[in-house]
Amino acid sequence: MRDVSVVGIGQTKVKEHWSKSLRELATEAILGAMKDGHVDHADALYVGNMLSGELTAQENLGALIADEVGLRGIEAMKVEAACGSGGTALRVGYLAVASGQFDVVIVAGAEKLTESSNCNTTASLAMAADADYEGIHGISFVALNAMLMRRYMHEYDLVPEDFAMFSMNAHANAANNPYAMFQSPITLEQYKRARNVSDPINVMDSSPVGDGAAALILMPTASLNGNRARAIKIAASSVATDSLALHSRRDPLWLSAVELSAQKAYAQARVSPQDIDLFEVHDAFSIMSVMSLEASGFAGRGRGVNLARENEINPKGKLPISTMGGLKARGHPVGATGVYQAAEAVTQLRGEAGANQVPDAHVAMAQSLGGVAANAVTHIFTN
Amino acid sequence: MTSIMKPKRQVGIIGYGAYVPRFRIRAEEIARVWGGAEDGLPIEEKSVPGLDEDTVTMSIEAARNALARAGIEAKQLRAVWVGSESHPYAVKPSSTIVADAIGAAGSVLAGDWEFACKAGTEALQAAIGLVGSEMADYAMAIGMDTAQGRPGDALEYTAGAGGAAYIVGPAKNALAILEGSYSYVTDTPDFFRREHMRYPEHGNRFTGEPAYFDHVTHGAQGLLDALGMKPSDFTYAIFHQPNVKFPQTVAKRLGFTKEQIAPGMLSGKIGNTYSGAAMIGTTAVLDIAKPGDRILMCSFGSGAGSDAFSFVVTEKIRERAAKATKTMWYVQRREEIDYAIYARYRGKLVMN
Repeated sequence: MRDVSVVGIGQTKVKEHWSKSLRELATEAILGAMKDGHVDHADALYVGNMLSGELTAQENLGALIADEVGLRGIEAMKVEAACGSGGTALRVGYLAVASGQFDVVIVAGAEKLTESSNCNTTASLAMAADADYEGIHGISFVALNAMLMRRYMHEYDLVPEDFAMFSMNAHANAANNPYAMFQSPITLEQYKRARNVSDPINVMDSSPVGDGAAALILMPTASLNGNRARAIKIAASSVATDSLALHSRRDPLWLSAVELSAQKAYAQARVSPQDIDLFEVHDAFSIMSVMSLEASGFAGRGRGVNLARENEINPKGKLPISTMGGLKARGHPVGATGVYQAAEAVTQLRGEAGANQVPDAHVAMAQSLGGVAANAVTHIFTN
Repeated sequence: MTSIMKPKRQVGIIGYGAYVPRFRIRAEEIARVWGGAEDGLPIEEKSVPGLDEDTVTMSIEAARNALARAGIEAKQLRAVWVGSESHPYAVKPSSTIVADAIGAAGSVLAGDWEFACKAGTEALQAAIGLVGSEMADYAMAIGMDTAQGRPGDALEYTAGAGGAAYIVGPAKNALAILEGSYSYVTDTPDFFRREHMRYPEHGNRFTGEPAYFDHVTHGAQGLLDALGMKPSDFTYAIFHQPNVKFPQTVAKRLGFTKEQIAPGMLSGKIGNTYSGAAMIGTTAVLDIAKPGDRILMCSFGSGAGSDAFSFVVTEKIRERAAKATKTMWYVQRREEIDYAIYARYRGKLVMN
């Protein structure tokens, strides 16, 4: 298997794109990535998306988007792994290049969640959980996470405020990211006063509903010539799975797919958690950040909030996370998110993150989760 | 920049009249039944029509108030046009019943108008055209609604009842002269009701920025640009008021002050009167206006569009305003009811 690098990135702003369709968003991101990567053709396109059928009456996105961007005829397909679709599309694109099959691959993630009513979007997002054993009882996705947060707080004697720093950090970072959905910082007061969504999760614990698309151009590292100075190597790519249903897990407070995926990634990249300079964590809910940090080996059990409480998760801290706003404040157009995370990791390693630049960033990790980490995709990037 | 709409013959408002039913249900009471008060309530209370009231009966009272102020004979009206989204009939105009009830039947036009909450101002635009073209000397445009909110839906908190009637005539007889109007419309399906459906559907957040804010901004700014005016040239501004926050926000964005919009803001106390909203807000302003005051009225109708008007009040306002029941009298006349009575009055109890 050959080494693979990201040579170009593109992204749209994350927001309620009332006037742009799914295909327009995807096209915008892909053309941006092709321009950034100085390519005018590709051999294959993998599109990460979760709900195009449910919400926009459109499946078959691979062929559709390939045609939209002027690449009718190439290999193309939609990749789906719930909210981890973006990271999974990157995995597929990585394999396509690493295997030697293709030399120029586009990985795109696109999602349009505002095409339908709030109720319909919420119901559709719940499809990431187990339909027959969880969904049938009417549980929403946020409620599943709320149960985990409640149990976690009980086990480790915590209060909601202990989770506040995750949102505060995300919003502070998003304020410097023009692509982010939210552009202003939030205070602890705002966190405490935030409306309850599904107790104990409040509005500030939850990523927002928004639309967006991001894209990457992948090429074999060895084929890069001199003017690919901004190319970033993918040092590791791994996927692991877990049961969908929380009640089927041996320990619902441990994300074993995250552990498996992270371990495989560290092994492939020949690094350990201490070597990671920044972590684009899947902060769909603050509890997910906490549990991901633990299962990825950045914190001991029950200590996932410590790094945040000690203010070590900002861009100048011990382990910067959500450096461009994360899911919480940059936004979470579900199928696109994993690709946004990768684009942000690449931006950091290129030294182009502006006010959010992590000093001396050489090893970046991005982790995209599908469902409550039923699917965990970890990528490690190096410059 | 598109040109101002202004008829060749100068026209204005000859008479105006409002109507609001007496019953009130507090938003807190609706929240007691349905919950939903966590983010605050969009209004304080809303008006509820009684068992024997509908858009027609309410329009008749408002029309009589308008005639009283206008001081003209009903038979001088060549058009009586009711704009509403709660016409009692799908086929048979409310306008014919109103025209006949006020004594205007005979040589008169009387078709109904519909454009969600801007049906009344659409009728007003047409009345301006009819009189401005000299096809008629007097025309009446009414915006009136008894809007229905789906039980438990966000809009149930605000769907109120009420509205106003305006008589348009030659400027020389007007209590407020029209300087010009401007209308802006796109195909934007933010809120709609199919035939045979009892309650409308709406697009949640889609009804905000892309609908209300976009069209009101285009409507008001379009008028300002076409007239070459700025917000500070106006004494008062009345915007469509589906709740309290939206008109406050759009006014601020356009550059109008709290003081300019305060007298015309009735939604906190009577709810969203749909086709009546901007028009009844303006009657409350006319009740206190002084000669020389310049008034901006800007409606919004889902579907979507906005009509904006600029009026300048004349000397005639003083004697005419006093000739009929003032709008604030209707607003302050209240009899509080609970959700059970409200459900009965609004026909929400269906036992089959």
